[in-house]
Amino acid sequence: MSGAAGRPLLLAVLAAAASLPALAQTRSAVPEQHRWLTFAVFAAIIALTVFVTYVAARRVRTPADFYTAGGGISGLQNGWAIAGDYLSAASFLGIAGLISLWGYDGFMYSVGWLVAYISVLLVIAEPCRNIGKYTLSDILAYRNDPKTARVFGALSVIIVSTFYLVAQMVGGGVLVKTLIGIDYEISVIAVGSLMLAYVIFGGMVATTWVQVIKAVLLVVASVLMVVLVWSQYGFFGDFLDHVVGDPRVQKRVATILGDAASGLSPQDLGQRFLEPGLLFTAPVDQLSLGIALVFGTAGLPHILMRFFTVPTARAARTSVVWAMAIIGGFYLLTLFLGLGAALKVGAPAIIEIDAGGNMAAPLLAQALGGGPDSLLGNFMLAFVAAVAFATIVAVVAGLVLAAASAIAHDLYVGVIRGGQASTEEQVRAARIATVAFGGIAILLGVAAKGQNVAHLVALAFAVAASANFPCVFMTLFWRRCNTGGIVAGMLVGTIVAVGLVLVSPNMTYPKAVRAAAQKVIDDAPQRLQAIERELSSSELARVEQAKKERAALGRAVARARDELERYRRDDTSLVGLDAPLFELRNPGLVSVPLGFLALVLGSLLYRDPRAEAMWDEVYVRQNTGMLPAGRGGSAKRF
Amino acid sequence: MGDNAIDWAATNADPRFQELHRRKAGFLSLLMIVSVVYYFMLPVGAAWFPELFRIRVAGVVNVGLLFALSQFLVAWGVAALYTRRANREFDRLAEEINREIGDRHLRGAVR
Repeated sequence: MSGAAGRPLLLAVLAAAASLPALAQTRSAVPEQHRWLTFAVFAAIIALTVFVTYVAARRVRTPADFYTAGGGISGLQNGWAIAGDYLSAASFLGIAGLISLWGYDGFMYSVGWLVAYISVLLVIAEPCRNIGKYTLSDILAYRNDPKTARVFGALSVIIVSTFYLVAQMVGGGVLVKTLIGIDYEISVIAVGSLMLAYVIFGGMVATTWVQVIKAVLLVVASVLMVVLVWSQYGFFGDFLDHVVGDPRVQKRVATILGDAASGLSPQDLGQRFLEPGLLFTAPVDQLSLGIALVFGTAGLPHILMRFFTVPTARAARTSVVWAMAIIGGFYLLTLFLGLGAALKVGAPAIIEIDAGGNMAAPLLAQALGGGPDSLLGNFMLAFVAAVAFATIVAVVAGLVLAAASAIAHDLYVGVIRGGQASTEEQVRAARIATVAFGGIAILLGVAAKGQNVAHLVALAFAVAASANFPCVFMTLFWRRCNTGGIVAGMLVGTIVAVGLVLVSPNMTYPKAVRAAAQKVIDDAPQRLQAIERELSSSELARVEQAKKERAALGRAVARARDELERYRRDDTSLVGLDAPLFELRNPGLVSVPLGFLALVLGSLLYRDPRAEAMWDEVYVRQNTGMLPAGRGGSAKRF
Repeated sequence: MGDNAIDWAATNADPRFQELHRRKAGFLSLLMIVSVVYYFMLPVGAAWFPELFRIRVAGVVNVGLLFALSQFLVAWGVAALYTRRANREFDRLAEEINREIGDRHLRGAVR
């Protein structure tokens, strides 16, 4: 097994759910006597969002209210809502954790997540606002055959949303379980029910406000923590000096490097933390991930949908610029949150709660407030955790809304009813679709208990980048694009992306898992001997440290036994493989070009007079915003 | 479709629209290419030229850190450049076209 494979999954961190099996079995972050505090802070934030939903519910009467808040969201509001929609628990918890464990390589993630918005700003936001009405498929159906485009567009939206949603639900369930200690199943049902309440009653109005509230809370919490970190360790230069000089950071680097660390001075080891190469050992994989991020974001249905909520193309532009300012500012802070956690909490304590590092930010909050035994520390932890929870619920609400609009607006009203449905019928269809999809999401979340769901987020981005993005982009900008191309692009993009992930290292390979678990068990006696030597040391601090290490070793062995037991009867992965067929964790490098290629070939081989005839209209409208569908004097486009 | 009275083909062919198209397409492609190339220099540089990223500039601060931070400035810079030009130029051109051509082609339409 290579070094890379033994490390936390490259993409795992994209989901808060990254290391579920580990999380589910480790001890909780909050001491028993402080649980009530966590509970109270959670309740306060939930009460605020429920109140907003109650107020919003009275404003939702038409399908436009439900799907797009009546198009009456301002650029600034939408900017915060986009940030709220995008900064999932993965980016908040996952990236802070990655930086705390892997240093520079973790920070490289932050950059990709911001740069992704350039393509949203330049080629997606304004044209979508000018052409679309409620859904991604509205854009595809404009010049391509409406029914075909809606069916394929809606299926792709449902696929992307489901993958992303399940990963978020599982992450949310684990987070609540870790922090408050209630059962995983109940946690998932709680996340799901809250999200359903927001969407069913408040539609896009409530979803938008929940996302805005969550984004504001997230930024406030992050700024507060970073200011506290700076006040202790100094700003940029001094802070980094502390990081490099920290013995725990140096030890962490030595652990990662293994034999390669010999001959390096402690200062050199600390410096390595600020250099690339600790986490990413497969350069091509990094490139592939970058492609999926940069093009996938522009194809995510819940992000796209946000541009239908603003009144003009200019407001759409303003909202992306605000979103980029907020998202960029936040990701800059992750550098200090992550490195701050490495300094203040230390890698061993972070890994002990969660091997993927997902609890780094909450633990940092606890440490900054005075540690696990202090009231303030636990209050701060509760606050950060509640923000993370609000984050998951807000993202999930946006995803469910996107999927429900695809089901109700595209499939039911657009295809089955041929566009003929009254306002009341449309709103009722939207609510029924929300309940149905939300219910399925809760069931899938419960069913996925203890599963490794990291590949689901990889899949969501890969399908969005390989199927949705080429289809939307080419419909808007290529004269020859037509229905044949859309069908080919959607099919090839989705199938290739899903297929490659199914045979990639993201899946669980029982033989490899068993080998790794066996190694932990086999190495344990030797490590125990080393620890026992330390236990007889005369220095009290070393004895304490050794005791902690002994306890951690015991837990690691127990985990390994569990894994051996769990995979005892399996020999192959989900699709029957012993080992990965395709080495990249993210298929973007292959699937995005193939998606584009299929779209181009499909368009050239298929004759579609309507798509050609509509090109002028699409191009003029997307550039000028002339008479957007359903507004002005134009006839309603259903 | 012909469900409204605007002659889209004529509008697309109109010199003013073509002017908007030419300026916008050129500017957008330029920004897009610059930002994508600049971004991919980060993973490519970190993976294939790590010794470059390790060069220290001031104290413990190295080229890699500064380059990663510069990505934020470039992303924001691209957004600012585009917004400035779009707000000043593209919106005005689009509005002119909207007003004049839209009105002209709409004349006589059943509303």
